[in-house]
Amino acid sequence: MSPGWFVALSAVIFCIGVGGVLMRRNPLVVLLCLELMLNGGNLALISFARMHGTGDGQIFALIVMVVAACEVVVGLGLIVAMYRRRLAIDVDSMSELRG
Amino acid sequence: MSAGAYGWLVLASPLAGMILIALGWRVLPGRSAGWLAALAILGSFVASVGALLALQSLPEEERAVTSSAFAYAQTVGVDVDLGILVDPLSVFMVLVVSGVSFLIHVYSIAYMGSDRGYARYFAYLNFFVFSMLLLVLAGNFVLLTVGWAFVGAASYLLISFWYRRDTATRAGIKAFVINVIGDVGLVIATFLLFSGTGALDYAGVFEAAPEAFNRNDGTLVAACLMLLVGAFAKSGQLPLHTWLPDAMEGPTPVSALIHAATMVTAGVYLIARTHPLFELAPAAADVGAIVGTATLFFAATVALVQTDLKRIIAYSTISQIGYMILGVSAFAYGAGLFHLMTHAFFKALLFMAAGSVIGAVGGNQSIERMGGFRFAMPFTHVTFAIGALSLAAFPLTAGFFSKDEILAFTLNRGGTLYPTLAVVGYVGAFMTAFYAFRMVFRVFWGEPVPEALVLERGDMPHGEHANPATGEPEDSDVGFPGPDHHIADRERSMKAPMFLLALLALVGGAVGIPLVSDTLEHFLEPTFAESAFIEQVPSESAEITGLVVGGLVGIAGILLARELYLRRPGSTLAMVARMPRLHRFLERKWYFDELFDVVFVRPAKGFGRIGREGIETGVVQGLMGGTSGIVRAGAHLARTVQSGYLRAYALLLVIGLSAMALYFLIVSA
Amino acid sequence: MLFEQVLFFVAAAGAIAGALGVVMIQNPFYSVLALVGHLVALALLFLLLRAEFLAAAQLVVYAGAVMVLYVFVVAYIGGADEPLSPEGGAIARLGPLFALALLLELTIAVGGSELAALESAPGTAAPGFGSPAQIGALLLSKFLIPFEAASFLLLVAAVGAVVLARRRRGLEEAGAEGATQVAREVREPAEPATVAGASGEAR
Repeated sequence: MSPGWFVALSAVIFCIGVGGVLMRRNPLVVLLCLELMLNGGNLALISFARMHGTGDGQIFALIVMVVAACEVVVGLGLIVAMYRRRLAIDVDSMSELRG
Repeated sequence: MSAGAYGWLVLASPLAGMILIALGWRVLPGRSAGWLAALAILGSFVASVGALLALQSLPEEERAVTSSAFAYAQTVGVDVDLGILVDPLSVFMVLVVSGVSFLIHVYSIAYMGSDRGYARYFAYLNFFVFSMLLLVLAGNFVLLTVGWAFVGAASYLLISFWYRRDTATRAGIKAFVINVIGDVGLVIATFLLFSGTGALDYAGVFEAAPEAFNRNDGTLVAACLMLLVGAFAKSGQLPLHTWLPDAMEGPTPVSALIHAATMVTAGVYLIARTHPLFELAPAAADVGAIVGTATLFFAATVALVQTDLKRIIAYSTISQIGYMILGVSAFAYGAGLFHLMTHAFFKALLFMAAGSVIGAVGGNQSIERMGGFRFAMPFTHVTFAIGALSLAAFPLTAGFFSKDEILAFTLNRGGTLYPTLAVVGYVGAFMTAFYAFRMVFRVFWGEPVPEALVLERGDMPHGEHANPATGEPEDSDVGFPGPDHHIADRERSMKAPMFLLALLALVGGAVGIPLVSDTLEHFLEPTFAESAFIEQVPSESAEITGLVVGGLVGIAGILLARELYLRRPGSTLAMVARMPRLHRFLERKWYFDELFDVVFVRPAKGFGRIGREGIETGVVQGLMGGTSGIVRAGAHLARTVQSGYLRAYALLLVIGLSAMALYFLIVSA
Repeated sequence: MLFEQVLFFVAAAGAIAGALGVVMIQNPFYSVLALVGHLVALALLFLLLRAEFLAAAQLVVYAGAVMVLYVFVVAYIGGADEPLSPEGGAIARLGPLFALALLLELTIAVGGSELAALESAPGTAAPGFGSPAQIGALLLSKFLIPFEAASFLLLVAAVGAVVLARRRRGLEEAGAEGATQVAREVREPAEPATVAGASGEAR
């Protein structure tokens, strides 16, 4: 399989993730879709690493995984904090930071 | 000492008095501020006597002494010194002004005795006398304007002396505004004269005038008319007279000084001083004579129906100044100035006596509230009657000789205009005699009012404090009249000046009895030497006819007043009831105030309103508000991006990403 | 070769199915499960690309730890079903459109690009490619700084999570009401002060 296929697949996954972020209201699911986008990026990175034959892309993907983990931790902490304060778990209701 | 030095002393004395009182008013105990001020004016009077003697010691051709303190302005074409001119005319004026002012100062010491603003009053009064003396002694047009403006300012300060009274402050502003119109006229006249002759001092202008201007030259006539505007504003002639009756809001001694003896005579002095110019422009002089005559007639008619005692006397002032203006415009300088002097005597006397009566009724000025005071206040009664006799030109009083001299000269001028004016003058004299004795009989004869009865018992009546014009209650604190009221019969410092003035009102005519003594004429001759009209004196028979006619007219007026007010009391009310419209027309002062309100005041207010609402609110704020509004609208538009919705932000991100990708696709294709 | 291709399509189908499941399933619990499936499919794809260590890491770290976290939180919060019909108005309706547009662009980019290497199959990988040894060697030599930075980031994230979700003393009972009150107030902000408003008041 040429790497082109993998890159195309990663594009599809990324765009599905984008659609999910724009469509869903539950912040948990939004975070999940964010994970999808990150995974799509990971796939592209790894396929390019295979293409070039170096391990740089894999390292990059590893670091992305680390970052994703951190982000999930903080995001989930936020959601738990929201839940604790009896706020609605809904991205549309969190709209007070406006101009 | 030379006449010039005496002249500077005359000026320095009241100035020093004013500065001392103004700076030290806190430390001056009791009534010492008043005595200090009176002393300053006495010094001025003594110095002016000295100037007189010094002047008389000079030969006749040299009796015009100029003395300059320093060069005031010396630039291209303009050469003005701070200089005074001491000649017979100015010495005459200075004597009259300082003499009468001294007597009024002494009168005020007691009259204003219980006022909280005692020291302030005397500082203002000294300032006023200083300004008037400066005006009269000035040797060039610039210093004349300075003195002119100072006098206007001083009159404003004194008219609105009881400054917490609404009516007083409004009257002060009215006087000041109308006086400023006169100031403008004077300044424009100075410009015109300077443009024609290139000089600003009297000697220079009068010498250069015959070469610079032809007879009735346009510029000269314009300049003289502007001088007349100044004179009319200061002297309260038609149509700039409306301030004078309202100026009666000031304390009575102020009315005596300013509106009888000094400030209002400044216009007469001006015309007499600039007589060479008026003789070169007889058209302007005719205008002056016509206006003077119209004024004297108008004021006499209005005085017939007024009910405020001081306003009757104010209108009689306007009327008498009309006589003086007529006199000097008809080139009868001696007669006009003679009447100026006698008028100062009897008018000041009338105001002083009126002040005494007003004090007796507790500050009220309406003659409706007065009556039968002749036994309660005999001294006031006698002095008032003497003043009224002189005003009515009863034979052998001072006023008799001076007024009839003016009318005789006017008749003698010939032509058609001047005799007509003289006839109007005699009609005015009749009305003058009538209303003078209307006052006497209404206030002092007839049934005594309660205050008179209280006085007869020996007590002092106490009225409650209220604004005499509107009746609203006041207190007697700062800015309002003091708690006590003083009458002449009880206060010696009020009696003495009144006594002196009564004497002068009776015998003061001795300096100008026609055919017998021409002391005044002779004295003033050096000033008016080059006048072409100085030789035009009426013949002996004309003089005697004039005196007889004048005397008869005066006596007729007095008899009519006695008829209507003593023999048949209440008959005037019946007359008023038969002619209500005429009465109202006269009582509303020929509707001049209403006319000015419509022609000047309302349009000015309208302009102000347009400026505030139209231009300020509309244009200026619209411009400012418009620009800020545009910015605000733009910001409002930009603000909609920050909606607070996470998904909207995410969408924007995606859109941006797509746009960038599109761009790179296109570029690389 | 054929085996590889079949495996690829299977894994791709699984990945896409999982992705669609995440996006479209109402119940967040099932969304999480769909993502887990997606991650497994992705691990298979990694394996196809000779990235053995990363496939293992994906399964252990991502699908193992991170997803377990998600499951915990969903259980705690109790995911309520939400209607799919987007109530966010036009934004949510437009969203998929733009995602589609992005997909189109990316496809064109990938397909139309002239990266020759993308078309041809890559050669045999060097031995040890994608092995833990290679990854470790790279991490400790060439990518040392990113490695340390990542660990620092992990520390910060851990601290952040603790701070965010800790119980504030006394804040729970009173704070909950206060917080909702504050939230309610802030939700309806007053009209922003304008010059006209202020000057109108002053006048």
